[in-house]
Amino acid sequence: MNYEFDFSFLGEYGQDLWDGTLLTLWMTAVSIIPGFVVGTACAVGRLYGPPWVRKAATVYVEAIRNTPLVIQVFWLFFGLAVLSVRIDAFYAAVIALVINVGAYTAEIMRAGFESIPKGQIEAASCLALSRWQSLLYVQLPQAVERVYPALVSQFILMMLATSIMSQISAPELTGVAYQIQAFTFRGFEVYLVIAVIYLAVVTLLRAILTGLGKVIFPRRRRLGTPL
Amino acid sequence: MEPIVRFKDVRKSFGTLEVLKGVTLDIMPGTVTALIGRSGSGKSTALRCINALEQINGGELHVCGRALHNGGFDLRALRQDVGIVFQSYNLFPHLTVAQNIMLAPRRVKKIGKDEARALAEEVLSQVGLLEKADNYPEQLSGGQQQRVAIARSLAMKPKLMLFDEVTSALDPELTGEVLKVIEKLAESGMTMVLVTHEMNFAERVADQIAFMHHGTVWELGSGEMLRAPKTPELQQFVGSGL
Repeated sequence: MNYEFDFSFLGEYGQDLWDGTLLTLWMTAVSIIPGFVVGTACAVGRLYGPPWVRKAATVYVEAIRNTPLVIQVFWLFFGLAVLSVRIDAFYAAVIALVINVGAYTAEIMRAGFESIPKGQIEAASCLALSRWQSLLYVQLPQAVERVYPALVSQFILMMLATSIMSQISAPELTGVAYQIQAFTFRGFEVYLVIAVIYLAVVTLLRAILTGLGKVIFPRRRRLGTPL
Repeated sequence: MEPIVRFKDVRKSFGTLEVLKGVTLDIMPGTVTALIGRSGSGKSTALRCINALEQINGGELHVCGRALHNGGFDLRALRQDVGIVFQSYNLFPHLTVAQNIMLAPRRVKKIGKDEARALAEEVLSQVGLLEKADNYPEQLSGGQQQRVAIARSLAMKPKLMLFDEVTSALDPELTGEVLKVIEKLAESGMTMVLVTHEMNFAERVADQIAFMHHGTVWELGSGEMLRAPKTPELQQFVGSGL
Protein backbone atom coordinates (compact mmCIF):
# COMPACT_ATOMS: atom_id res chain seq x y z
CA MET A 1 0.00 0.00 0.00
CA ASN A 2 1.62 3.20 -1.07
CA TYR A 3 -1.03 5.81 -0.58
CA GLU A 4 0.29 9.34 -0.75
CA PHE A 5 -1.38 11.76 1.59
CA ASP A 6 -2.19 15.05 0.02
CA PHE A 7 -3.45 17.83 2.25
CA SER A 8 -2.86 20.59 -0.25
CA PHE A 9 -6.63 21.25 -0.42
CA LEU A 10 -6.31 22.88 2.99
CA GLY A 11 -4.82 25.95 1.40
CA GLU A 12 -7.50 26.40 -1.20
CA TYR A 13 -10.50 25.36 0.95
CA GLY A 14 -9.28 26.53 4.34
CA GLN A 15 -11.76 29.41 4.34
CA ASP A 16 -14.66 27.07 3.50
CA LEU A 17 -13.71 24.75 6.33
CA TRP A 18 -13.57 27.69 8.70
CA ASP A 19 -17.00 28.94 7.58
CA GLY A 20 -18.41 25.42 7.92
CA THR A 21 -17.01 25.12 11.43
CA LEU A 22 -18.54 28.45 12.41
CA LEU A 23 -21.90 27.41 10.98
CA THR A 24 -21.81 24.14 12.93
CA LEU A 25 -21.01 26.03 16.11
CA TRP A 26 -23.63 28.68 15.46
CA MET A 27 -26.33 26.09 14.67
CA THR A 28 -25.54 24.33 17.93
CA ALA A 29 -25.37 27.50 19.98
CA VAL A 30 -28.74 28.85 18.89
CA SER A 31 -30.44 25.46 19.36
CA ILE A 32 -29.32 24.71 22.90
CA ILE A 33 -31.40 27.21 24.86
CA PRO A 34 -34.66 26.82 22.89
CA GLY A 35 -34.13 23.04 22.98
CA PHE A 36 -33.72 23.16 26.75
CA VAL A 37 -36.82 25.33 27.14
CA VAL A 38 -38.95 23.07 24.92
CA GLY A 39 -37.69 19.97 26.72
CA THR A 40 -38.25 21.37 30.17
CA ALA A 41 -41.73 22.60 29.27
CA CYS A 42 -42.57 19.13 27.98
CA ALA A 43 -41.20 17.45 31.10
CA VAL A 44 -43.26 19.76 33.29
CA GLY A 45 -46.32 19.24 31.10
CA ARG A 46 -45.89 15.49 31.17
CA LEU A 47 -45.46 15.37 34.94
CA TYR A 48 -47.81 18.05 36.23
CA GLY A 49 -50.04 19.13 33.35
CA PRO A 50 -53.72 18.37 32.76
CA PRO A 51 -54.41 15.07 30.93
CA TRP A 52 -54.50 16.53 27.42
CA VAL A 53 -51.14 18.26 27.95
CA ARG A 54 -49.65 15.02 29.27
CA LYS A 55 -50.93 13.16 26.25
CA ALA A 56 -49.72 15.78 23.77
CA ALA A 57 -46.27 15.93 25.37
CA THR A 58 -46.01 12.13 25.35
CA VAL A 59 -46.97 11.91 21.67
CA TYR A 60 -44.38 14.56 20.78
CA VAL A 61 -41.59 12.96 22.80
CA GLU A 62 -42.25 9.44 21.52
CA ALA A 63 -42.75 10.51 17.89
CA ILE A 64 -39.43 12.34 17.85
CA ARG A 65 -37.41 9.81 19.80
CA ASN A 66 -38.56 6.96 17.61
CA THR A 67 -37.84 8.43 14.17
CA PRO A 68 -34.47 9.33 12.60
CA LEU A 69 -33.40 12.94 12.72
CA VAL A 70 -32.71 12.99 8.99
CA ILE A 71 -36.34 12.06 8.29
CA GLN A 72 -37.56 14.78 10.66
CA VAL A 73 -35.40 17.30 8.84
CA PHE A 74 -36.67 16.26 5.41
CA TRP A 75 -40.22 16.20 6.62
CA LEU A 76 -39.90 19.73 7.98
CA PHE A 77 -37.96 21.09 5.01
CA PHE A 78 -40.07 19.58 2.24
CA GLY A 79 -43.27 19.78 4.25
CA LEU A 80 -42.87 23.51 4.58
CA ALA A 81 -42.11 23.74 0.87
CA VAL A 82 -45.40 21.97 0.11
CA LEU A 83 -47.16 24.58 2.24
CA SER A 84 -45.22 27.08 0.09
CA VAL A 85 -43.39 28.39 3.12
CA ARG A 86 -39.91 29.22 1.90
CA ILE A 87 -37.37 28.91 4.63
CA ASP A 88 -33.61 29.09 4.63
CA ALA A 89 -31.87 25.75 5.16
CA PHE A 90 -30.18 27.14 8.26
CA TYR A 91 -33.48 27.99 9.95
CA ALA A 92 -35.01 24.68 8.93
CA ALA A 93 -31.98 22.97 10.47
CA VAL A 94 -32.26 24.92 13.71
CA ILE A 95 -36.00 24.27 14.02
CA ALA A 96 -35.44 20.56 13.42
CA LEU A 97 -32.62 20.46 15.97
CA VAL A 98 -34.70 22.25 18.59
CA ILE A 99 -37.64 19.90 18.05
CA ASN A 100 -35.32 16.89 18.15
CA VAL A 101 -33.19 17.80 21.15
CA GLY A 102 -36.29 19.07 22.95
CA ALA A 103 -37.74 15.56 23.00
CA TYR A 104 -34.59 14.02 24.44
CA THR A 105 -34.16 16.86 26.92
CA ALA A 106 -37.76 16.30 28.03
CA GLU A 107 -36.91 12.77 29.12
CA ILE A 108 -33.72 13.85 30.88
CA MET A 109 -35.51 16.66 32.71
CA ARG A 110 -38.37 14.35 33.61
CA ALA A 111 -35.86 12.08 35.32
CA GLY A 112 -34.45 15.14 37.08
CA PHE A 113 -37.83 16.29 38.36
CA GLU A 114 -38.81 12.79 39.44
CA SER A 115 -35.63 12.38 41.46
CA ILE A 116 -36.52 15.26 43.78
CA PRO A 117 -37.84 14.02 47.14
CA LYS A 118 -41.53 14.75 47.70
CA GLY A 119 -40.67 16.53 50.94
CA GLN A 120 -39.08 19.35 48.94
CA ILE A 121 -42.31 20.09 47.10
CA GLU A 122 -44.30 19.73 50.31
CA ALA A 123 -41.98 22.16 52.10
CA ALA A 124 -42.28 24.70 49.28
CA SER A 125 -46.04 24.44 49.30
CA CYS A 126 -46.12 24.77 53.12
CA LEU A 127 -44.14 28.01 52.82
CA ALA A 128 -47.06 29.33 50.73
CA LEU A 129 -45.13 29.27 47.47
CA SER A 130 -47.41 28.81 44.46
CA ARG A 131 -47.06 25.79 42.15
CA TRP A 132 -45.13 27.89 39.66
CA GLN A 133 -42.88 29.43 42.29
CA SER A 134 -42.14 25.98 43.66
CA LEU A 135 -41.28 24.76 40.18
CA LEU A 136 -39.12 27.74 39.36
CA TYR A 137 -37.22 28.22 42.60
CA VAL A 138 -37.20 24.78 44.23
CA GLN A 139 -37.71 22.01 41.68
CA LEU A 140 -36.15 23.32 38.48
CA PRO A 141 -32.73 24.27 39.92
CA GLN A 142 -32.43 20.92 41.68
CA ALA A 143 -33.58 18.98 38.63
CA VAL A 144 -31.10 20.73 36.34
CA GLU A 145 -28.23 20.28 38.77
CA ARG A 146 -28.93 16.57 39.14
CA VAL A 147 -29.10 15.84 35.39
CA TYR A 148 -26.59 18.41 34.18
CA PRO A 149 -23.99 15.85 32.97
CA ALA A 150 -26.69 14.08 30.95
CA LEU A 151 -27.80 17.40 29.46
CA VAL A 152 -24.22 18.19 28.44
CA SER A 153 -23.94 14.81 26.67
CA GLN A 154 -27.22 15.42 24.92
CA PHE A 155 -26.15 18.82 23.62
CA ILE A 156 -22.87 17.37 22.39
CA LEU A 157 -24.77 14.64 20.58
CA MET A 158 -26.86 17.38 19.06
CA MET A 159 -23.76 19.19 17.85
CA LEU A 160 -22.57 16.01 16.15
CA ALA A 161 -26.04 15.55 14.67
CA THR A 162 -25.75 18.90 12.87
CA SER A 163 -23.72 16.93 10.30
CA ILE A 164 -27.04 15.63 8.99
CA MET A 165 -28.02 19.15 7.96
CA SER A 166 -25.81 18.88 4.89
CA GLN A 167 -28.71 16.77 3.55
CA ILE A 168 -30.77 19.92 3.16
CA SER A 169 -27.71 21.72 1.79
CA ALA A 170 -26.88 23.71 4.89
CA PRO A 171 -23.16 24.37 4.37
CA GLU A 172 -22.04 23.23 7.80
CA LEU A 173 -18.83 21.33 8.37
CA THR A 174 -19.90 18.00 6.87
CA GLY A 175 -21.58 19.74 3.95
CA VAL A 176 -18.36 21.59 3.22
CA ALA A 177 -16.49 18.29 3.40
CA TYR A 178 -18.76 16.72 0.77
CA GLN A 179 -17.99 19.58 -1.57
CA ILE A 180 -14.24 19.59 -1.06
CA GLN A 181 -14.19 15.84 -1.49
CA ALA A 182 -16.18 16.14 -4.71
CA PHE A 183 -13.74 18.68 -6.11
CA THR A 184 -10.49 17.10 -4.92
CA PHE A 185 -11.26 13.36 -4.66
CA ARG A 186 -9.21 13.43 -1.47
CA GLY A 187 -11.97 11.84 0.63
CA PHE A 188 -9.74 10.16 3.19
CA GLU A 189 -7.77 13.29 3.98
CA VAL A 190 -10.83 15.52 3.96
CA TYR A 191 -12.71 13.38 6.46
CA LEU A 192 -9.61 13.03 8.59
CA VAL A 193 -9.41 16.80 8.84
CA ILE A 194 -13.15 17.04 9.48
CA ALA A 195 -12.92 14.48 12.28
CA VAL A 196 -10.15 16.45 13.94
CA ILE A 197 -12.19 19.65 13.67
CA TYR A 198 -15.26 17.97 15.19
CA LEU A 199 -13.10 16.65 18.00
CA ALA A 200 -11.76 20.14 18.67
CA VAL A 201 -15.18 21.77 18.51
CA VAL A 202 -16.76 19.18 20.80
CA THR A 203 -13.93 19.61 23.27
CA LEU A 204 -14.55 23.34 23.20
CA LEU A 205 -18.31 22.93 23.69
CA ARG A 206 -17.77 20.49 26.57
CA ALA A 207 -15.39 22.94 28.24
CA ILE A 208 -17.89 25.79 27.84
CA LEU A 209 -20.81 23.77 29.22
CA THR A 210 -18.75 22.46 32.11
CA GLY A 211 -17.64 26.01 32.89
CA LEU A 212 -21.24 27.17 32.70
CA GLY A 213 -22.13 24.46 35.22
CA LYS A 214 -19.65 25.96 37.66
CA VAL A 215 -21.30 29.35 37.26
CA ILE A 216 -24.92 28.27 37.60
CA PHE A 217 -24.39 25.82 40.49
CA PRO A 218 -22.58 27.81 43.19
CA ARG A 219 -23.22 25.08 45.76
CA ARG A 220 -21.46 22.52 43.63
CA ARG A 221 -18.60 24.89 42.92
CA ARG A 222 -18.08 25.46 46.63
CA LEU A 223 -18.64 21.97 47.97
CA GLY A 224 -17.92 19.79 44.96
CA THR A 225 -20.57 17.30 46.02
CA PRO A 226 -23.55 16.02 44.04
CA LEU A 227 -26.98 17.19 45.12
CA MET B 1 -61.18 33.86 73.60
CA GLU B 2 -61.81 31.91 70.41
CA PRO B 3 -59.70 28.83 69.79
CA ILE B 4 -57.23 29.24 66.91
CA VAL B 5 -57.80 25.62 65.89
CA ARG B 6 -60.99 23.70 66.48
CA PHE B 7 -61.36 20.02 65.59
CA LYS B 8 -64.96 18.85 65.79
CA ASP B 9 -65.48 15.14 65.21
CA VAL B 10 -62.88 15.20 62.40
CA ARG B 11 -62.63 12.09 60.24
CA LYS B 12 -59.95 11.21 57.75
CA SER B 13 -59.47 8.05 55.72
CA PHE B 14 -56.77 6.86 53.40
CA GLY B 15 -58.67 4.57 51.05
CA THR B 16 -60.49 2.12 53.28
CA LEU B 17 -58.28 2.82 56.27
CA GLU B 18 -59.91 5.30 58.65
CA VAL B 19 -57.06 7.06 60.44
CA LEU B 20 -59.01 9.76 62.26
CA LYS B 21 -62.26 8.48 63.73
CA GLY B 22 -63.76 11.63 65.18
CA VAL B 23 -61.11 13.90 66.65
CA THR B 24 -62.36 16.74 68.80
CA LEU B 25 -59.84 19.21 70.16
CA ASP B 26 -59.55 22.95 70.78
CA ILE B 27 -56.27 24.80 70.63
CA MET B 28 -56.14 28.25 72.19
CA PRO B 29 -53.88 31.06 70.98
CA GLY B 30 -50.57 31.31 72.80
CA THR B 31 -50.63 27.74 74.06
CA VAL B 32 -48.55 24.68 73.39
CA THR B 33 -50.35 21.44 72.56
CA ALA B 34 -48.51 18.13 72.42
CA LEU B 35 -49.97 15.24 70.49
CA ILE B 36 -48.65 11.96 71.81
CA GLY B 37 -49.47 8.35 71.10
CA ARG B 38 -48.29 5.24 69.36
CA SER B 39 -47.29 5.10 65.73
CA GLY B 40 -50.45 4.82 63.67
CA SER B 41 -52.61 6.50 66.29
CA GLY B 42 -53.32 9.38 63.90
CA LYS B 43 -51.34 12.16 65.60
CA SER B 44 -49.29 13.12 62.54
CA THR B 45 -52.35 12.95 60.31
CA ALA B 46 -54.26 15.21 62.68
CA LEU B 47 -51.37 17.68 62.65
CA ARG B 48 -51.14 17.64 58.87
CA CYS B 49 -54.87 18.35 58.58
CA ILE B 50 -54.31 21.69 60.34
CA ASN B 51 -52.45 23.17 57.37
CA ALA B 52 -54.44 21.19 54.82
CA LEU B 53 -51.62 18.84 53.86
CA GLU B 54 -54.39 16.29 54.32
CA GLN B 55 -58.02 17.03 53.45
CA ILE B 56 -60.52 15.84 56.02
CA ASN B 57 -63.41 13.57 55.06
CA GLY B 58 -65.86 14.45 57.81
CA GLY B 59 -66.54 16.70 60.78
CA GLU B 60 -65.46 20.31 61.11
CA LEU B 61 -62.04 21.86 61.24
CA HIS B 62 -61.54 25.57 61.84
CA VAL B 63 -58.05 27.05 61.56
CA CYS B 64 -57.32 30.76 62.03
CA GLY B 65 -60.89 31.68 61.16
CA ARG B 66 -61.15 29.40 58.11
CA ALA B 67 -63.49 26.45 57.76
CA LEU B 68 -61.26 23.81 56.17
CA HIS B 69 -64.12 21.29 55.91
CA ASN B 70 -65.99 23.52 53.48
CA GLY B 71 -63.22 23.87 50.93
CA GLY B 72 -62.98 27.06 48.96
CA PHE B 73 -60.64 28.65 51.49
CA ASP B 74 -57.44 30.34 50.34
CA LEU B 75 -54.80 27.63 50.75
CA ARG B 76 -51.82 29.95 50.36
CA ALA B 77 -53.20 32.38 52.92
CA LEU B 78 -53.68 29.45 55.31
CA ARG B 79 -50.09 28.34 54.73
CA GLN B 80 -48.89 31.85 55.60
CA ASP B 81 -50.74 31.68 58.91
CA VAL B 82 -49.61 28.16 59.75
CA GLY B 83 -45.94 27.18 59.66
CA ILE B 84 -44.78 23.57 59.78
CA VAL B 85 -41.49 21.87 60.56
CA PHE B 86 -40.93 18.30 59.40
CA GLN B 87 -39.01 15.35 60.79
CA SER B 88 -36.82 15.32 57.68
CA TYR B 89 -36.10 19.12 57.78
CA ASN B 90 -36.73 19.46 54.03
CA LEU B 91 -34.34 22.35 53.62
CA PHE B 92 -33.66 23.25 50.00
CA PRO B 93 -30.20 21.76 49.40
CA HIS B 94 -29.30 24.03 46.47
CA LEU B 95 -29.76 27.21 48.52
CA THR B 96 -27.71 28.61 51.38
CA VAL B 97 -29.23 28.83 54.83
CA ALA B 98 -30.05 32.51 54.33
CA GLN B 99 -31.51 31.86 50.86
CA ASN B 100 -33.66 29.07 52.27
CA ILE B 101 -35.13 31.52 54.75
CA MET B 102 -35.43 34.45 52.33
CA LEU B 103 -37.18 32.56 49.53
CA ALA B 104 -40.76 32.60 50.80
CA PRO B 105 -40.73 36.12 52.29
CA ARG B 106 -39.34 37.44 49.01
CA ARG B 107 -41.55 35.51 46.60
CA VAL B 108 -44.74 35.23 48.61
CA LYS B 109 -44.71 38.44 50.62
CA LYS B 110 -42.72 40.30 47.95
CA ILE B 111 -40.38 42.01 50.39
CA GLY B 112 -37.08 43.42 49.14
CA LYS B 113 -33.80 41.52 49.15
CA ASP B 114 -32.17 43.61 51.88
CA GLU B 115 -35.22 43.46 54.08
CA ALA B 116 -35.40 39.69 53.56
CA ARG B 117 -31.74 39.33 54.48
CA ALA B 118 -32.29 41.32 57.68
CA LEU B 119 -35.28 39.11 58.46
CA ALA B 120 -33.19 35.97 57.84
CA GLU B 121 -30.52 37.23 60.22
CA GLU B 122 -33.13 38.03 62.83
CA VAL B 123 -34.68 34.54 62.81
CA LEU B 124 -31.26 32.89 62.59
CA SER B 125 -30.20 34.71 65.77
CA GLN B 126 -33.36 33.43 67.38
CA VAL B 127 -32.24 29.84 66.75
CA GLY B 128 -28.58 30.66 67.45
CA LEU B 129 -27.22 30.05 63.96
CA LEU B 130 -26.45 33.51 62.62
CA GLU B 131 -22.89 32.48 61.75
CA LYS B 132 -24.22 29.74 59.43
CA ALA B 133 -26.19 32.12 57.21
CA ASP B 134 -24.03 31.56 54.14
CA ASN B 135 -23.43 27.85 54.56
CA TYR B 136 -25.29 25.19 52.65
CA PRO B 137 -27.60 22.77 54.50
CA GLU B 138 -25.32 19.79 53.92
CA GLN B 139 -22.57 21.59 55.84
CA LEU B 140 -24.71 21.60 58.98
CA SER B 141 -25.47 18.90 61.55
CA GLY B 142 -28.97 17.46 61.72
CA GLY B 143 -29.80 19.55 64.75
CA GLN B 144 -28.58 22.71 63.05
CA GLN B 145 -30.56 21.90 59.92
CA GLN B 146 -33.68 21.45 61.99
CA ARG B 147 -33.10 24.79 63.70
CA VAL B 148 -32.74 26.41 60.27
CA ALA B 149 -36.02 24.78 59.24
CA ILE B 150 -37.63 26.33 62.33
CA ALA B 151 -36.12 29.71 61.44
CA ARG B 152 -37.36 29.39 57.86
CA SER B 153 -40.86 28.82 59.14
CA LEU B 154 -40.60 31.68 61.64
CA ALA B 155 -39.59 34.11 58.90
CA MET B 156 -43.12 33.93 57.51
CA LYS B 157 -44.39 35.24 60.88
CA PRO B 158 -46.98 32.49 61.28
CA LYS B 159 -49.77 32.68 63.84
CA LEU B 160 -49.38 29.00 64.57
CA MET B 161 -46.48 26.57 64.24
CA LEU B 162 -46.74 22.83 63.73
CA PHE B 163 -43.90 20.45 64.60
CA ASP B 164 -44.11 16.95 63.16
CA GLU B 165 -41.76 14.70 65.17
CA VAL B 166 -38.99 17.20 64.61
CA THR B 167 -36.44 15.44 66.80
CA SER B 168 -37.12 11.85 65.77
CA ALA B 169 -34.17 11.75 63.36
CA LEU B 170 -31.70 13.24 65.85
CA ASP B 171 -29.42 11.80 68.51
CA PRO B 172 -30.07 12.87 72.14
CA GLU B 173 -27.53 15.68 72.11
CA LEU B 174 -28.89 17.26 68.93
CA THR B 175 -32.43 16.66 70.15
CA GLY B 176 -31.59 18.81 73.16
CA GLU B 177 -30.51 21.81 71.10
CA VAL B 178 -33.66 21.68 68.97
CA LEU B 179 -35.95 21.30 71.97
CA LYS B 180 -34.28 24.29 73.60
CA VAL B 181 -35.21 26.41 70.57
CA ILE B 182 -38.79 25.17 70.67
CA GLU B 183 -39.01 25.86 74.38
CA LYS B 184 -37.78 29.40 73.85
CA LEU B 185 -40.46 29.87 71.20
CA ALA B 186 -43.08 28.60 73.63
CA GLU B 187 -41.94 31.14 76.20
CA SER B 188 -42.28 33.90 73.61
CA GLY B 189 -45.97 33.06 73.36
CA MET B 190 -46.01 31.32 69.99
CA THR B 191 -48.99 29.02 69.49
CA MET B 192 -47.63 25.57 68.78
CA VAL B 193 -48.85 22.07 68.13
CA LEU B 194 -46.24 19.36 68.31
CA VAL B 195 -46.29 15.69 67.60
CA THR B 196 -43.57 14.26 69.79
CA HIS B 197 -42.17 11.20 71.46
CA GLU B 198 -40.26 13.30 74.00
CA MET B 199 -42.48 12.74 77.02
CA ASN B 200 -40.40 14.75 79.47
CA PHE B 201 -40.37 17.66 77.08
CA ALA B 202 -44.12 17.45 76.49
CA GLU B 203 -44.75 17.37 80.21
CA ARG B 204 -42.56 20.38 80.86
CA VAL B 205 -43.54 22.63 77.94
CA ALA B 206 -47.05 21.73 76.87
CA ASP B 207 -50.11 23.48 78.25
CA GLN B 208 -52.25 20.64 77.06
CA ILE B 209 -51.41 17.10 76.07
CA ALA B 210 -53.66 15.04 73.82
CA PHE B 211 -53.05 11.32 73.98
CA MET B 212 -54.25 9.89 70.71
CA HIS B 213 -55.36 6.30 70.38
CA HIS B 214 -57.30 4.54 67.61
CA GLY B 215 -57.81 7.79 65.72
CA THR B 216 -59.36 9.77 68.55
CA VAL B 217 -58.22 11.97 71.41
CA TRP B 218 -58.32 9.28 74.04
CA GLU B 219 -57.25 11.38 76.98
CA LEU B 220 -56.72 15.13 77.25
CA GLY B 221 -55.07 17.00 80.06
CA SER B 222 -52.12 19.01 81.29
CA GLY B 223 -48.62 17.71 81.96
CA GLU B 224 -49.90 16.16 85.19
CA MET B 225 -51.89 13.69 83.12
CA LEU B 226 -48.75 11.73 82.27
CA ARG B 227 -48.09 11.10 85.98
CA ALA B 228 -51.62 10.04 86.74
CA PRO B 229 -53.17 8.55 83.60
CA LYS B 230 -56.86 7.80 83.84
CA THR B 231 -57.18 5.34 80.98
CA PRO B 232 -55.37 2.01 80.93
CA GLU B 233 -54.18 2.76 77.37
CA LEU B 234 -52.32 5.89 78.44
CA GLN B 235 -51.07 4.09 81.52
CA GLN B 236 -49.59 1.44 79.34
CA PHE B 237 -48.19 4.01 76.89
CA VAL B 238 -46.38 6.09 79.50
CA GLY B 239 -45.40 2.95 81.36
CA SER B 240 -43.59 1.65 78.34
CA GLY B 241 -42.14 5.01 77.40
CA LEU B 242 -40.68 6.32 80.64
